[in-house]
Amino acid sequence: MTDTMVEPGSGAAIRAASARIADPEQRVLERIAEIRKRKPSMREDAITMSHGAGGKASHTLVTALFGDILSNPVLDQLGDQAVLAIPGVDHIGLAVTTDSFVVSPLFFPGGDIGELAVNGTINDLAVGGATPMGISAAFILEEGLDVAVLRRVVESMRRAADRAGVSVVTGDTKVVPRGKADQLFITTTGVGVVALPNRIAIPRIVPGDVVILSGAMGDHGATVMLARGDVDLEADSLRSDTMPLNGLTAALLDSGVDVHFMRDATRGGVATVLNEIAQAAGVAVAIDEASLPIHDAVRGVAEILGIDPLYIANEGKLVAIVAKQDATRAVDLMRSRPEGTEAVVIGEVLAEPEGMVFIHTGFGGTRVVDMLIGDPLPRIC
Amino acid sequence: MKFADEFRDADLARALAARITAESGDKHWKIMEVCGGHTHTIFKYGIEDLLPSNVELVHGPGCPVCVIPMGRLDDGIAVAHEPGVIFTCFGDLMRVPGSKGSLLDAKAAGADVRMVYSPLDALKIAQENPDRKVVFYAIGFETTAPSTALTLMRAKAEGLRNLFVFCNHVTIIPPMKAILDSPDLQLDGFLGPGHVSTVVGIRPFEFVTRTYNKPVVVVGFEPLDILQGVHMIIQQVLEGRCEVENQYRRVVHDDGNPKALEVLARVFKLRSHFEWRGLGFISQSALELQDEYADFDAEKVFSVPGVRVADPKACQCGEVLKGVLKPWECKVFGTACTPETPIGTCMVSSEGACAAYYNFGRYSRARERERVLASGDRPNGNGHSNGNGVEHDLVPLAVRAR
Repeated sequence: MTDTMVEPGSGAAIRAASARIADPEQRVLERIAEIRKRKPSMREDAITMSHGAGGKASHTLVTALFGDILSNPVLDQLGDQAVLAIPGVDHIGLAVTTDSFVVSPLFFPGGDIGELAVNGTINDLAVGGATPMGISAAFILEEGLDVAVLRRVVESMRRAADRAGVSVVTGDTKVVPRGKADQLFITTTGVGVVALPNRIAIPRIVPGDVVILSGAMGDHGATVMLARGDVDLEADSLRSDTMPLNGLTAALLDSGVDVHFMRDATRGGVATVLNEIAQAAGVAVAIDEASLPIHDAVRGVAEILGIDPLYIANEGKLVAIVAKQDATRAVDLMRSRPEGTEAVVIGEVLAEPEGMVFIHTGFGGTRVVDMLIGDPLPRIC
Repeated sequence: MKFADEFRDADLARALAARITAESGDKHWKIMEVCGGHTHTIFKYGIEDLLPSNVELVHGPGCPVCVIPMGRLDDGIAVAHEPGVIFTCFGDLMRVPGSKGSLLDAKAAGADVRMVYSPLDALKIAQENPDRKVVFYAIGFETTAPSTALTLMRAKAEGLRNLFVFCNHVTIIPPMKAILDSPDLQLDGFLGPGHVSTVVGIRPFEFVTRTYNKPVVVVGFEPLDILQGVHMIIQQVLEGRCEVENQYRRVVHDDGNPKALEVLARVFKLRSHFEWRGLGFISQSALELQDEYADFDAEKVFSVPGVRVADPKACQCGEVLKGVLKPWECKVFGTACTPETPIGTCMVSSEGACAAYYNFGRYSRARERERVLASGDRPNGNGHSNGNGVEHDLVPLAVRAR
């Protein structure tokens, strides 16, 4: 697959191209690139739904408000997990991550909020190269919630934790008056250990690396969108892909495959993860549209609603940046496991243009794949 | 998905692009796509990368979100804040900035704003909430107007008293006239709007060929449709023809959809004038509800401020909508005006020329030309056609799909 990827995109080649078209358009684009590198600032007076959608507004909220006020050397890395040093121990660190789950409906084909809450936190640890050790769970319950519903959710958490080989070791419960929450919210925090120095690190991403996706995109987001019932569509084959990825990541790391970075492609989808990678590592990512794995039902839903599957959430898929010489081994290994049967190389890391993700369309053209702006809002016609 | 993939075939695209390259010669061609859906397709598939540099696509005024003036939006937001109102609209309207924030901001401030996929969803909400006033903020060209009309007819038949339509439906012909009358612009032809034409047919565009002597090809929304439309316009000019052609025969009948037109006539009448973002007031360019439907007319039922708000000074949406300026030539493009903080409406909807260019188009020209030069594979090469590709299967798609 890598040999079908077009053009190496060397810096010299691009500069030569830029020189040839050193026209006003190019200058405008360069100025925009400069502006985009500036630290974002929080301009809004109120939180809107966009701040929770995982795209640019979320990124701004996290960096310009939380990151700014709570700044410290660990937080400033803005990873999905933080690694804390253990005094007196230098070969392992303590990995910590936390995540809240507010999905509606609570139950959907292929999973429920309890399973998501366990898998999501395990995955945040796993993709950082950590071995999950235990999970805490905090519940916010709405007055009037059916105990049978709560029981079903917690039983599902138990099954998910057993499957991943991790226990829920502590927790907390609060009840709020009717209408102050939507049935049930869960926050899970995961603790794990990670070998130091961590092999999974942004600075290890270099031009020439390949980008591997562990399976088809958009199953979870499309499933929940339909389960909400806002759109009058049905697709019997749609299932959330929620699953723990710690088995897959452990197998990858144990195999000796030179994995440089991993991230689970949740809210904001694969496009958002790739943009975060490109910006944090100061590289470009080129993807090949024809290679993108997408189930037919998701393609259909996305086509009808005018949403790009690259931006739809997943709950059991990871993006791995792997050294080029290990690409085939990594894909073969992933495919040999249930979490990665549809794993495939989707693109490669280039040196320039820095911070940018672009896609070679199946039609023969190219387009930029930017971060999501706000919620993915369907086009009207 | 097989039905769609056929119209996204890269080999056919290369073959068509080679023909366009060979036939377009040295002339600089400017072809306007009228419809925002086309703009979206052009950027999404990187169609401009396949075209030779002397064939330029100019992005026209057909994004229904982009043409809504700020004052109209402020009026909508004022209605959304009225007590007891559930305000419904299509998703991509929600981020459009009014003079004091967007509908998303209004929602955050407590207004009950809901995204719907069809006016029938608004009708359903009205049925489920009999004690609330449900307002549907209707936008769009002749494409979406029939569904609004049908919704109103059903509401009337069912005696529904709590559904209201804030009507911003517009018609496609008047802004095309405005653009053709504009002295700034030299166009060689139009890619006509496919979806609008499913309703109105292709005859309303005959004035473009008769009065202005410009060819029109009504095209579909798949990337091969657009390439073929470009090719058909070039062919018309080279053969000395000037006609309205229908590339989108698999969907568009030359006479349109008489039933939809009848429904439109029953529910709507032409407004004497309507303000367009960037284009100003254009007479008889929009629809309002017939008197028979006055009880459903949000503009009559609610006290609407109706204050006209001038477009921000820095904003050059008008020039962009008319195709006089390319998006990147606007003074604030990509700096003060970005998809996160749009100043002009062209930057809001993904169908807007500026947002499409900003989201999809940045860098691709330089990169793609470099790739093409480096690989020696010249889909948009220097005038020779690839005999291999050209000969195979170039039956017009419109015919093949029937």
